[in-house]
Amino acid sequence: MDIETTTAPKMTARGVSVFYGANKAIDDVSIDVGREHVTAFIGPSGCGKSTFLRTLNRMNDTIPSARFEGRIELDGEDIYAPTMDVVQLRARVGMVFQKPNPFPKSIYENVAYGPRIHGLAAGKAEMDTIVERSLKRAGLWDEVRDRLQESGTALSGGQQQRLCIARAIAVDPEVILMDEPCSALDPIATAKIEELIHELRGRYAIVIVTHNMQQAARVSQKTAFFHLGTLVEYGETTEIFTNPRMTRTKDYITGRYG
Amino acid sequence: MSEAFTPVDPTPTNWRDPAMQKRIRRRYAAERRFRLIGLGAVSLSAGFLAFLLVTMVANGLGGFSRTELRLEVDLRQAAVALSAAQLAGPNAEAALAEVDFEGIVRAAADAQYGRRGARIFSPAARLVLRDAVRADPGLLARPATLWLPADSAIDQAAKGHGTPEATARYRQIEQAGRARTGFNTTFLTGADATDPTSVGIWGAVKGSLLTMIVTLLIAFPIGVLTAVYLEEYARRNRWTDMIEVSINNLAAVPSIIFGLLGLAFFLQFMHLPRSAPIVGGLTLALMTMPVIVIAGRNAIKSVPPSIRDAALGIGASRIQVVFHHVIPLALPGILTGTIIGMSRAFGETAPALMIGMRAFFASPPGGFDEPATLLPVQIFLWSDEVSRGFVEKTSAAIIILLAFLLAMNGLAIYLRNRFEKRW
Repeated sequence: MDIETTTAPKMTARGVSVFYGANKAIDDVSIDVGREHVTAFIGPSGCGKSTFLRTLNRMNDTIPSARFEGRIELDGEDIYAPTMDVVQLRARVGMVFQKPNPFPKSIYENVAYGPRIHGLAAGKAEMDTIVERSLKRAGLWDEVRDRLQESGTALSGGQQQRLCIARAIAVDPEVILMDEPCSALDPIATAKIEELIHELRGRYAIVIVTHNMQQAARVSQKTAFFHLGTLVEYGETTEIFTNPRMTRTKDYITGRYG
Repeated sequence: MSEAFTPVDPTPTNWRDPAMQKRIRRRYAAERRFRLIGLGAVSLSAGFLAFLLVTMVANGLGGFSRTELRLEVDLRQAAVALSAAQLAGPNAEAALAEVDFEGIVRAAADAQYGRRGARIFSPAARLVLRDAVRADPGLLARPATLWLPADSAIDQAAKGHGTPEATARYRQIEQAGRARTGFNTTFLTGADATDPTSVGIWGAVKGSLLTMIVTLLIAFPIGVLTAVYLEEYARRNRWTDMIEVSINNLAAVPSIIFGLLGLAFFLQFMHLPRSAPIVGGLTLALMTMPVIVIAGRNAIKSVPPSIRDAALGIGASRIQVVFHHVIPLALPGILTGTIIGMSRAFGETAPALMIGMRAFFASPPGGFDEPATLLPVQIFLWSDEVSRGFVEKTSAAIIILLAFLLAMNGLAIYLRNRFEKRW
């Protein structure tokens, strides 16, 4: 399942398996995440795509019964090595969740929290700059510039999700993982997030899990199709959608199951 | 997919069928019945509560007032070896303690109310006189008219519960215009006494407050940290299951058992001072802690996992997640649980009896290691007294206890509404 990339991949996974107790959720998945790509993971519910996504920043560590096998590298560095600092890893590999989950604090505090705990800003002025830059990149600045002290939870669903994206990029990550970021949003808010993903591409390596195949086709350059915990097919998005090599992929894309 | 839908029974449901109508009527009747039963239960409990409050207030209000009798006192004639300068000096209390105010009251009362006139004055009369002199040293130099508390028998006669002789005596005094009803300040500022007109609640209230401070300082941090550790850090295994079961059981253990534990451990093993608020506080802390742990765990559990994910996802460490997000969001629930646990401890009597906080203490405790009693214990002690004067004092003390509990529960509701976040 090799893809030619012009540059070395940002993240590489080799032989990754994840167990929940005795249950094998991911079976021997190997994949490269491109530096300047949006990579989409598609597949029916329960196929393990979200589980795999969460191995990329070790969020699965928080589930006591989860067990990991294999090797994942970020810029050639083993992220499961005992020397790896998980806290730093999660700052470098940011995450946006399925349901918008802003902290019940002000908009400003939501964005400033990450830089503050990592000590990225030397003073108030620098923090203001980081907050403004992050909100601008997340395309939210114009809507909230006059009410930064209002609660983040008072925003609309789409705005909350963009706030979460701003919060993730405020710590200047290298990779952003998005776990079905639009599944709780209406079509207009979804379009805005997709537009945003386009703009963020190139600056960050982006991995997005999605149920929506049109979305995968619209925003990604590479697509991986997961089924029953295995990686069935991985390739250029246009290839996967127009000329899939595997019948299982074809059946899923044409709506035979899912 | 093209199969036609064939109903099992092709006859349409007849919604006007008498059997159907009857079923509907039965359903509504059941609903009405249930509502009436519920309403009955609520009115019954409201009735009990109203009965309690009305009897307490009816019996207890008298405890806050006292009958005062007029007494003309001339301290110049009484040859008091006390000067206004002394009262302004640093040894005023010692100088006041030297004066025989009791003798002065007795002499004046015998002179103005006939032989044995002193008997109709409360033993607290000398204290009221002393306080008056302390407040106004000018009394040393001129005759004055004072209103001093009457003896319990006269006081009860004034309130309509007196013996025939006392009532007759009171009538006579009242007709002479020498009696009035005043606010019983001694009751709010004094401590326990043998005479019902001299007793006060402040000693017990202060003992209770000191005890509650110790309880809060011990039980709150330990309880909250236990809850946080069990919810956020501990792995689920046989040990944590056992700890969980033990904590739930501890919350249900009768309080007298905790009293025995306090007696055996804090007094006999650690040799802490008997009857002291520190021991009471430690014992009640043992009792309150499980309540705080359980409330704290529930509050922490109700913090949505998405908030933890959000913080972990941008690289917060476990302890940052707990202290920046989980505890602030769980705090209203933790505080509510704490206050409810504390108000339960506040009204607790049995453990205090076991550790000796039931003796007679005529002055309020000066510190955490001095003998004290608790408000509910004081109520228990007074309810044992036979004198009619103590009946109203018991009820008055209950009113004060209920006021404290009401205030604490009100605070809990306020905190919950004030700090609860919605998302």
